[in-house]
Amino acid sequence: MGVLDKEFLQENFVVSNLDAVLKWARVASVWQTTFGLACCAIEMMATSASHYDFDRFGLIPRPSPRQSDLLIISGTVTLKMASRIKRIYEQMPDPKYVISMGSCSNCGGPYWEHGYHVLKGVDRVIPVDVYVPGCPPRPEALLEGLLKLKEKIANESLIKSA
Amino acid sequence: MKTFEELFEILKNKFNEEEDISTHKEGNEDVILIAAPKINLVATFLKNEPELNFDSLILLTGVDDENGEKTTNEDGSFDLSGGTLSVYYHLESTSLKHKLILKTSVPRENPVCPSVALVWRGSDWHEREAYDLIGIIFDGHPNLSRILMPYDWEFGHPLRKDYKNPEFYNGMKVPY
Repeated sequence: MGVLDKEFLQENFVVSNLDAVLKWARVASVWQTTFGLACCAIEMMATSASHYDFDRFGLIPRPSPRQSDLLIISGTVTLKMASRIKRIYEQMPDPKYVISMGSCSNCGGPYWEHGYHVLKGVDRVIPVDVYVPGCPPRPEALLEGLLKLKEKIANESLIKSA
Repeated sequence: MKTFEELFEILKNKFNEEEDISTHKEGNEDVILIAAPKINLVATFLKNEPELNFDSLILLTGVDDENGEKTTNEDGSFDLSGGTLSVYYHLESTSLKHKLILKTSVPRENPVCPSVALVWRGSDWHEREAYDLIGIIFDGHPNLSRILMPYDWEFGHPLRKDYKNPEFYNGMKVPY
């Protein structure tokens, strides 16, 4: 927006339109559910740790799905877990987003043929916004996925067009 | 510390019916075969006898021997009838430093094997896993329920050689 880095000497007003302010707020504070499944979760944790620092993009792990905007499916989705994931997703308030991280949750990954216990893609139970490929994806890839999601959020509007 | 031959001699003298205890070689390992109904007696003896003192069950494995009669279906899958399922027990004495592998086979049609969960408490989850994936029923187990697959899984035991994956589970498509 180009004004917040200016120094305000006294109480002041900033004039903007509501849509832009809402977008700015939503894009800059994507809160994710603290939720990890398999080895991808280790990469996700590395991404939120100090070296890659998810937090600089406004991504804070929340301990409850009811307080979060984003669910990162980080790992193998077993059939046993799939119904739990669906329940977590349903507990999140709208608007909500899902990043599918890694080959397993994208399409079953190495378990695609003989994985009797694996759901072949988390998009069979919940809608997915961004797919991040990799096995597991490096933190840079997950960050790229997050930036893609931010693009998507920035292109949405919460204001009804007349 | 005792060698395999000494351990086998002790077991043979204690449980002296020939057909109940025998030995054979699998790969590089010597294995003692034990008739399934005797496994609990042998286990208790191995653990409590001071000169044996097998205080640790390293692991317990279930195996589908795939030695039954095979009938191939039209779609390329097959069914097995007859033959055996096997259970392997890897034992170690942490004080006397000797190891032993026991094996017992149960018929596929009635795969009931006495539980050793009350002899070595560590075998509790191992036996649940063997039950879950191979379908061996451990008689006398305190809580023989599925451990890895969902509790409401009703499509059989996935590591059986003739296992067929279902098309749907709880409304979710299973095949790729």
